[in-house]
Amino acid sequence: MSFLEINNLNVEFDTADGIVRAVNNVSFTLDEERILAIVGESGSGKSQTVFAMMGLLDQNGRATGSVKFEGEEILNLSITELNSVRAEKIAMIFQDPMTSLNPYMRISEQMAEVLIHHKGLSKTEAIQQSINLLDAVKIPEAKSRIRMYPHEFSGGMRQRVMIAMSLLCRPKLLIADEPTTALDVTVQAQIMHLLADIQKEFGTSIILITHDLGVVAGNSDDTLVMYGGQVMEVGSTEQLYASPTHPYTQGLMSAVPRLDDKANKLKTIKGNPPNMMLVPVGCPFSPRCKNSQSVCATKIPELLSTGTKNHQRACHVAFEELL
Amino acid sequence: MNHQAILQVENLKVNFDVSTEGDMPWTKRKKLKAVDDVSFSLQSGETLGIVGESGCGKSTLARAIIRMVPTESGNALWFGDDLLKLDKISMRKHRKEIQMIFQDPLASLNPRMNIGQIIAEPLKTHYPKTSKEDIKSRVQDVMNKVGLLHNLINRYPHEFSGGQCQRIGIARALILKPKLIICDEPVSALDVSIQAQVINLLMELQSEMDLTLIFIAHDLSIVKHISNKIMVLYLGNMVEMANNIDIYAHPRHPYTQALISAVPIPDPKIEKNKELILIEGDLPSPINPPSGCVFRTRCLKAQDICAKEKPTMNTFNDSHMVACHFSN
Repeated sequence: MSFLEINNLNVEFDTADGIVRAVNNVSFTLDEERILAIVGESGSGKSQTVFAMMGLLDQNGRATGSVKFEGEEILNLSITELNSVRAEKIAMIFQDPMTSLNPYMRISEQMAEVLIHHKGLSKTEAIQQSINLLDAVKIPEAKSRIRMYPHEFSGGMRQRVMIAMSLLCRPKLLIADEPTTALDVTVQAQIMHLLADIQKEFGTSIILITHDLGVVAGNSDDTLVMYGGQVMEVGSTEQLYASPTHPYTQGLMSAVPRLDDKANKLKTIKGNPPNMMLVPVGCPFSPRCKNSQSVCATKIPELLSTGTKNHQRACHVAFEELL
Repeated sequence: MNHQAILQVENLKVNFDVSTEGDMPWTKRKKLKAVDDVSFSLQSGETLGIVGESGCGKSTLARAIIRMVPTESGNALWFGDDLLKLDKISMRKHRKEIQMIFQDPLASLNPRMNIGQIIAEPLKTHYPKTSKEDIKSRVQDVMNKVGLLHNLINRYPHEFSGGQCQRIGIARALILKPKLIICDEPVSALDVSIQAQVINLLMELQSEMDLTLIFIAHDLSIVKHISNKIMVLYLGNMVEMANNIDIYAHPRHPYTQALISAVPIPDPKIEKNKELILIEGDLPSPINPPSGCVFRTRCLKAQDICAKEKPTMNTFNDSHMVACHFSN
């Protein structure tokens, strides 16, 4: 039994223009105390995959498939059942810390509320525990700052508050959806450093969703690459960066300018991301892929193991035959 | 590439009046020093990258040069004419030589105009006597240059993807054949694979049309890739300026060092063993900046002198400029 096991997850949205197929047949597993990074461009379905897990899809969204957390099915649970999963088992941090905190409530109330509701603590106990956690995320003078409102904190501090809040019920899995995208690089470095410390101290597993390949490289054990709502490649971060085997992963890696690199021209991936309104008939990347063959446009490639441990890729063309 | 300075900015200062919580109507407005005493020069064909964290004044600096925000003092000499002192009519002559590309590609295009109208608008404004045929051929010409197909000319902005919208923005900037283009975070809103396309396009156009660029971005890897010269701003102050190789190989200012070490490199082997220079705390308020050196509150090397005296610009190896008391 895996810690987290996702099988054939599909997410669809009904819109005025038709059905948007945001996530198509996504399967992956996560072990305890591991950090999995999900990378992909906007619209690749990385956020919707975890939103579906947490029951956070918009009203017009539907999820099918299976998500098992410690052996229990958690997809499409009722609100009451979900409430015990959320916070106590799985907690989430969002991209924009300002919009995910309540601007009308002091930090103390927002944090204590979680413990009173989920753990039945008294208000004094709840606030004491909240202060301890603010200390743990290295907010200076936590005792007095807990009485502040969210707007009195800077972006980086707010994200620390969010992290502290997500840890209140000691979740086993923490999902961080683009936790540093809205932050400056120096603050990003602080926050990623903090997440790594927390992972060690609390032994939580983390799913890190990001589009920044640099952040992935320094902060994850495994990496899952998504494109057009499908998994393209998954494997250990070291291996994936050292020798990407999927044409999309290869393209993505070489399209990023590096600080330690002197290349004159960036390699590009020609074309534009796919239209998610269309039913996928072939590999979503095939229109932009330079290795594309006739089969690629008509049949969705399966995600198959390559023989190397934990490494899977979804491509019709064998790695040895890639251009 | 000829080496004539086309733009020379001297001691540029931009202040904003701000009111804070609890101010009475008669309270004197506080001054926010958005850009404080920045000087630089730009040669024809060069690319100047401006980096710094949000709120450090990079956009304000660029906008001040073309008078999109009022300046407090200083000069901006454009081929010898001070842009900051020109009257409206003479300024207008220079506006066609300096164009701008904005961050949000969709928001910077008028949703009610089609692509042809959007791209032609600067031409119609600055050269009202141009004939229809001329306009059409010029529009098609720049669309070619930025890789947009001619049959898209009657479409509207919402029909395009982010990367294509940015191409439209570039075409609009190019139609007047400007000498300088100010790019304000032109690729931050784009996906990685599209970002590379736009960067390559800008670099190709630059060598083809002999353009000079001011490239503002918070992503240091991109700035390094595209720029010859890089300026680091912190709280409205220029802390370091050098060529793109020097500044990454030998950063002299503690802030630049921390900034560079914080940029993640997409390689797990390097990234996981990297020694990180973490700077503590947050950016101080620009309304009430620290005395002396503005970076001293977060600096690892700060001494007593840093609080007392503002460091002057020291020059090393001809072109490497640093404002730090301990730059040796």
